[in-house]
Amino acid sequence: MAVKVYGPATAVCPQRVMVCLLEKGVEFDLVHVDLDSSEQKLPEFLLKQPFGQVPVVEDGDFRLYESRAIIRYYAAKYEDRGTKSTGLHARRESSESGSKVTPTWSKLSRRKLEKVLDVYEKRLSRSKYLAGESFTLADLSHMPATRYLISEAGLGHLVKDRKKLNAWWEDISSRPSWKKMIDLAGF
Amino acid sequence: MAEIMKVHGSVISTATQRVLACLNEKELEFEFIPVNMAVGEHKKDSFLAINPFGQVPAFEQGDLKLFESRAITQYIAHGYAEKGTTLIIPGRPMATLSVWMEVEAHQFDPVASKLNWELFFKPMFGIPTDNAAVEENEAKLTKVLDVYEARLAQSKYLGGDIFTLADLHHLPNISCAMKTQVKKLFDSRPHVSAWVADITSRPAWSKVVAMGK
Repeated sequence: MAVKVYGPATAVCPQRVMVCLLEKGVEFDLVHVDLDSSEQKLPEFLLKQPFGQVPVVEDGDFRLYESRAIIRYYAAKYEDRGTKSTGLHARRESSESGSKVTPTWSKLSRRKLEKVLDVYEKRLSRSKYLAGESFTLADLSHMPATRYLISEAGLGHLVKDRKKLNAWWEDISSRPSWKKMIDLAGF
Repeated sequence: MAEIMKVHGSVISTATQRVLACLNEKELEFEFIPVNMAVGEHKKDSFLAINPFGQVPAFEQGDLKLFESRAITQYIAHGYAEKGTTLIIPGRPMATLSVWMEVEAHQFDPVASKLNWELFFKPMFGIPTDNAAVEENEAKLTKVLDVYEARLAQSKYLGGDIFTLADLHHLPNISCAMKTQVKKLFDSRPHVSAWVADITSRPAWSKVVAMGK
């Protein structure tokens, strides 16, 4: 039975899960949740995710939420399958991806974001990927929000102006799993 | 790894305390290197070389440099799984533990940190409290703790049957919050209250508290 992923394909956090499952070749069914009508806040949904947020994953009788917990689980479960994206490096670096890059609008926020991206630029001048020489969950975690920054928030120049960051983005966004996810999301 | 572990931080920093609690639970030797934040030591080049975001704590072991307290605790918990308290659960239950570590980081911490800043740290630094922010965040914390109450009615600890990182990560902010008016939100929920009493009475945590005295 395929894994069920609840959430709209256009939202950042469900996308994080989708890319990971695609990297690992895990079959899944996407169950749409209508955020515009606050479907995620309805009692039936709260039974699945008590904080009323997407995504939720149901794998048989096993249920998980919080996208980063979900991807860590599947990356470890299918460590030998598909891309090797776990290991110590991914674990110790992936926490960094948390709240440092999120879409923001104000000038002050944009300045903060630029400072954060400067740190990333420096990091990526020392290693090909965030956690080292291989693509890991640390890079994967960033993908949906980075796409949003470029395509929807109109802040693509923040990435393009940073040579290493731009090269990193060009590289990871050309991965087949990412292209498949873009397709599924209808972008 | 046989090399000595070094923790750079401040005893009043909740994030630093998170790492210290973990090291104590694992009964590991380490060197604590205080960072003088009052003079901006954490923004100087020597510190930025370990944590480019200029935040405490930072961690070193030989040539391994880490930052982000929850990445550090996970490194320690997995790397020294056989020593001291088992802070992780092998197999599938690790996924549930992982969920509650994320819940602490994204649902609990932002709200609890904001309240602690307004009600504990600002008075300490002589900065006026923003009452609107307190009211807003108390309402948010109420909702979060309702979820915790339901969870702890079915599970002894957040991540499962044993004390794990999912519980430990809460210690610094809960300990601080219990010294403020926010205490009432924890005390009024029986399962949450029992859990708080349990985890804050752990000897490893008491050692961290003693460092701050």
